[in-house]
Amino acid sequence: MSAELAVEATGLVKHFKDVKAVDGVDLRVPAGSVYGVLGPNGAGKTTAVRMLATLLRPDAGTARVLGHDIVDDADDVRFNVGLTGQFASVDEDLTGAENVTLLARMYGFSGSEARRRASALLAAFELSDAADKPVKSYSGGMRRRIDLAASLVMSPKVLFLDEPTTGLDPRSRNQVWDIVRLLVAEGTTVLLTTQYLEEADQLADRIAVIDHGKVIAEGTAPQLKSSVGTGSVHLRVADARQREDAAAVIERVIGDEVTRPNDPYALAARVPQGMEEQVAHLLPRLHEAGIAVPEFSLGQPSLDEVFLALTGKMPEPEDPENEDWDEEQTEQHTEEEAR
Amino acid sequence: MTTLDIGDNSALRQAIRVERRPKRPSALATTLTFTHRALLKIKHVPEQLMDATLTPVIFTLMFVYLFGGAIAGDPQTYVQFLLPGILVQSVLLITVYTGFTINTDISKGVFDRFRSLPIWRPAPIVGALLGDSVRYTIASTITIGLGLILGFRPEGGLVGVVLAVMLLLIFAFALSWIFTILGLLMRTPNAVMGVSMLILMPLTFASNIFVDPATMPSGLQTWAQDINPVSYLVTGVRGLMYGTASFGDIAWVLVVSAILTGVLAPITMRMYRNKT
Repeated sequence: MSAELAVEATGLVKHFKDVKAVDGVDLRVPAGSVYGVLGPNGAGKTTAVRMLATLLRPDAGTARVLGHDIVDDADDVRFNVGLTGQFASVDEDLTGAENVTLLARMYGFSGSEARRRASALLAAFELSDAADKPVKSYSGGMRRRIDLAASLVMSPKVLFLDEPTTGLDPRSRNQVWDIVRLLVAEGTTVLLTTQYLEEADQLADRIAVIDHGKVIAEGTAPQLKSSVGTGSVHLRVADARQREDAAAVIERVIGDEVTRPNDPYALAARVPQGMEEQVAHLLPRLHEAGIAVPEFSLGQPSLDEVFLALTGKMPEPEDPENEDWDEEQTEQHTEEEAR
Repeated sequence: MTTLDIGDNSALRQAIRVERRPKRPSALATTLTFTHRALLKIKHVPEQLMDATLTPVIFTLMFVYLFGGAIAGDPQTYVQFLLPGILVQSVLLITVYTGFTINTDISKGVFDRFRSLPIWRPAPIVGALLGDSVRYTIASTITIGLGLILGFRPEGGLVGVVLAVMLLLIFAFALSWIFTILGLLMRTPNAVMGVSMLILMPLTFASNIFVDPATMPSGLQTWAQDINPVSYLVTGVRGLMYGTASFGDIAWVLVVSAILTGVLAPITMRMYRNKT
């Protein structure tokens, strides 16, 4: 059983002073899959990954990466994992080529082999033109690609990606997603943390939802969604003043609470187990009540709704343009404060 | 920006299939890789050499011509006394960059990348310290060159001067561990700088670098003459440069250096391993 698990963590705990950053986390990551650790800022995602990557010693609990204990066989873990994220970066003052070459040297490649390896990786990541420029002159997307290239020097069997697309524009984000899919197709196991629900949904075979240092739900995206209900109804009314009337109709028909998004025209509701049939009656009932409904959709619940159902609060805003970099700094900051 | 080719035979697919896993490199090879990194950083950020080159010039000129007459009667006589000491001060002042650099690496996330590698654990720090010795050598060359122009005449000859610089480098290496600890301990690079200077000021000024401690009040004299390890170093460096060094002078410096390294290096490595 454990031979098929790339990462197996049991009861991991890490406290910073009196803050429980990670408070008993179990993870079982099947080899060759993408595993998403999803949670809001400060949930303990980064701390958990830092422990798995041997950068932090757990206060309690054990973990094995490819069968190697993260405390007792730390060097074997280090030899087989790659790491990219807010906490494992390249040197901004040096050029892209110098950074990757130095890393290749540290893994034991000879001088000329290291240079060859670096130029192959830089070419693969479309960074050849920028190879001899200092990394601080790189754009956000290039920066993330050089970080990825740096963590792939040794073709790691397990790759930890800590918020790999935070702060990227959609185009660069899609590139990173493509790279992740390709790595997995080539047999790498990827464990990624993200606060973007869409990212976990798109990439991850299994997802652990983590909040306040605890795993609060685990499973495939469809499993997580169905644990919340069989689906959900989304609609927009033509007249915002009728929203409450519409909400009352929905609650009467499907017998579950209605959520009211920020959009004053919108309503959403989970469809509880066994109530699927009733949903069909919604539109006629709304029509009878004289409520015009220009938009109506029925589908699986989004992970946002999963999160809401699990934690009782909406996750962080999902806008990749604005606050990400700052948010990221804040998360790091909060963890530092806690030390 | 181009689209990444992720097709079946793309460069990306090729590149992530590594054909051969090399043997783990030796501790020495890894350390030298980190030294290489330190030198690359000097190449890309030559500004960091400003302190190594300008500070010795300014300090030497200032003390020789500002205080030389008052302290020794004339600058010529004073430079003969001062030069070995100002050499020591120049080099020790730039040891603070060791901690500054480590702290910068930590705050930028580079450090964690190194810690995640399967390498000899002290390599990043020892390699950085070795890289720093290049800076110390540059500062030493400039200070001694300037001293020779100003009239300093080392009786110990070239051999004495080279040995004196080597002794100084050994001590600087040992002292640097204080700053690696500060670098690992403090929150920001600037805080490391500030605290390091606070440590260095009493070590360099309350010593026998500028004046004979015999002229000092008794408490200060005890510190400057009998306790301050920098004074022992200056005595050793002077002895080698003047050609009058006793075995005891040199041995003391080596013993102090060994003690500093023996105590501080393990503390540094412990903090490095457990750095959160």
